[in-house]
Amino acid sequence: MAIRSARRIRIDPLGALLSVAGATALLWLPFVVFKLNRILPGDARTLVQVLPASAALACQAGLLLIALLALAVADARLRLVAALIGVVIVAAAVATAGNLLTPAGNRVVRVAPGAGFWLLLVALGLMATDALTRLRPRPAVRVLMLALFIALALAALAHGSFDHLSVMREYAINADRFARETRQHIGLALGSLGAALLVALPLGILCHRVPRLRGAVLGALNVIQTIPAIALYGILMAPLGALAAAVPLAARLGIRGIGTTPALLALFFYSLLPVVANTVAGLKRVSPAAVEAARGMGMTRWQILTGVELVLALPTIITAIRIVLVQNIGLVTVAALIGGGGLGVFVFQGIGQAAIDLVLLGAIPTVALAFSAAVLLDALVETMNRARA
Amino acid sequence: MISIDNLSKQYGATTVVDCVSMDIERNSITVIVGTSGSGKSTLLRMINRLIESSSGRVLIDGSDTTAEPAHLLRRRIGYAIQGNGLFPHRTVAQNIATVPRLLGWDDTRVRARVDQLLTVFQLEPAEFAGKFPHQLSGGQQQRVGVARALAAEPAVLLMDEPFGALDPIIRAKAQDDLLEIQRRFATTIVLVTHDMDEAFRLGSRVAVMSRGRVLQYDRPAVLITRPADPFVSQMTGMADRAMRLLSLTSAGEVALPGAAGEFSIAASASLRDALSELVWRGADAAAIVDTTGTVRGHLTVAAILAHGRAV
Repeated sequence: MAIRSARRIRIDPLGALLSVAGATALLWLPFVVFKLNRILPGDARTLVQVLPASAALACQAGLLLIALLALAVADARLRLVAALIGVVIVAAAVATAGNLLTPAGNRVVRVAPGAGFWLLLVALGLMATDALTRLRPRPAVRVLMLALFIALALAALAHGSFDHLSVMREYAINADRFARETRQHIGLALGSLGAALLVALPLGILCHRVPRLRGAVLGALNVIQTIPAIALYGILMAPLGALAAAVPLAARLGIRGIGTTPALLALFFYSLLPVVANTVAGLKRVSPAAVEAARGMGMTRWQILTGVELVLALPTIITAIRIVLVQNIGLVTVAALIGGGGLGVFVFQGIGQAAIDLVLLGAIPTVALAFSAAVLLDALVETMNRARA
Repeated sequence: MISIDNLSKQYGATTVVDCVSMDIERNSITVIVGTSGSGKSTLLRMINRLIESSSGRVLIDGSDTTAEPAHLLRRRIGYAIQGNGLFPHRTVAQNIATVPRLLGWDDTRVRARVDQLLTVFQLEPAEFAGKFPHQLSGGQQQRVGVARALAAEPAVLLMDEPFGALDPIIRAKAQDDLLEIQRRFATTIVLVTHDMDEAFRLGSRVAVMSRGRVLQYDRPAVLITRPADPFVSQMTGMADRAMRLLSLTSAGEVALPGAAGEFSIAASASLRDALSELVWRGADAAAIVDTTGTVRGHLTVAAILAHGRAV
């Protein structure tokens, strides 16, 4: 009679998928693309082709070890650490490739991260995200990890580790504009959110108090939400242009058919629905008994609104702010089309010049900003819900 | 203390409270009892103007309640409701301090009052002051709700089905506590309930309401022995009215002089409970003892039965 003595190793399904993706990226996809200048199509190089044999071997061994871990180890903490080490390995490899492939003093050749690099990064990112989901770290820990990650990335950038990569080349050329457009980007996203809060909070409270208004207001805001961003920018161009032409004061205040004004206005409109809808939902969730008791004890309507209702609805309202902020950070990109500025400027300029590196210079910081905003506000909502759960 | 004078409330063509007049005695518990939709809650909520009356007036100590802004009036009147309505985002101490804070009491006075009330309601201040409502049991939440209503030492306390959400055992305890609290603070309490047993247990006077009208407003014993209306006798219960009547009197009140009987019954027990005990033991007489165990007299089955008769 056979006795099974060996403990069976459970293969992690996500780990298997990510390992296959990683192996594909490493063996068959270009790790970097080498171009003689910014526009010319380049030729693809795999990891083995660009790194010295020993470094390539070390890199592959490290990634293989991480893949095995992803396949067979269930401990989430270990998986997270492995994934982060993987990110460091891949980042170091691409930085080294950039340094090695660029002849000294040459500022024309371009070394762009290739499909293999991006796929590896995505696979490792998913592994880290999956581990984090299983670990369920406390909000403060998540914010700390984000800060640490940003600090590490900024330190590497400041140190010049990636200076020979194509995206950083584009940055070096556009450094002044990049700083200005980043400020403009954040300004547009936060400014439209702030303006929307000033209007949407009172509107949400009104909709809560007057149920007959609720359907009409939410319906109208829903319609706005369905208009594509580009179309809304277009729609706003004509009336704002006419306003500027008719009222000199408006023009002097900077109101024009193109530029910052229509961009702000469109983002403002998009921000209304989530905030109004969540304010109504949050207020509706407040226990009627608490409001009744508050009234019965002699609190004024204002005291009940600010001291009881809004405080209890706050987590739901903050959730709306998170939705709006992340949504706006993405939508601001399109504002570049009508001269609104922001990081989208690089994206559209890059598309126009077929310079994918320039597109990335706009796209990567946009994603990073949206991601950071999501992590921060999620942490805030969870902290508030924990405090009274 | 509180005079309700021809008070009515109409919503459109519907009359919810119909020309109610009643005087509520100081330092007592008055219970308004009725089926759902009888207008009892509306009547109660017109006293502190949570609902404004359509006509008629309410006088507290002779002054019209409409003489001051409604929210200032409400700060002088305690208010406790079913499901307690505690603020989930505030601690027990902060909840209780609500009205004193509105009235601008200083910190020392607020803290002293909160501690006093927690102690009275058998909630150890050190343990409970910092807790949030969701960390308490249903009975504890209800006690905090009543403590909050009493925080600013109101002369009048309005209670709208305050024990409706409690299970029977906790409810009986809460009712005993309320009687004790009423004696201790000499508060004038008006309580609304649909439960006739609760009304008889707590009320020194009971108003029976139906369809917006007060059908009868009197001492519980009178409601049983001389119901003014068929609906009143239906509410008080025809089948066990003798037993209900017995439950209104305590053994100590009607004890006969001299010791007799082979066992003893507490003076605080109702005649109904005393009779039940005698029947159960197959005895004819029992000694009545007070809380210290001193014999205060005795009761016989015949003497008890005499109190259960319609006079």
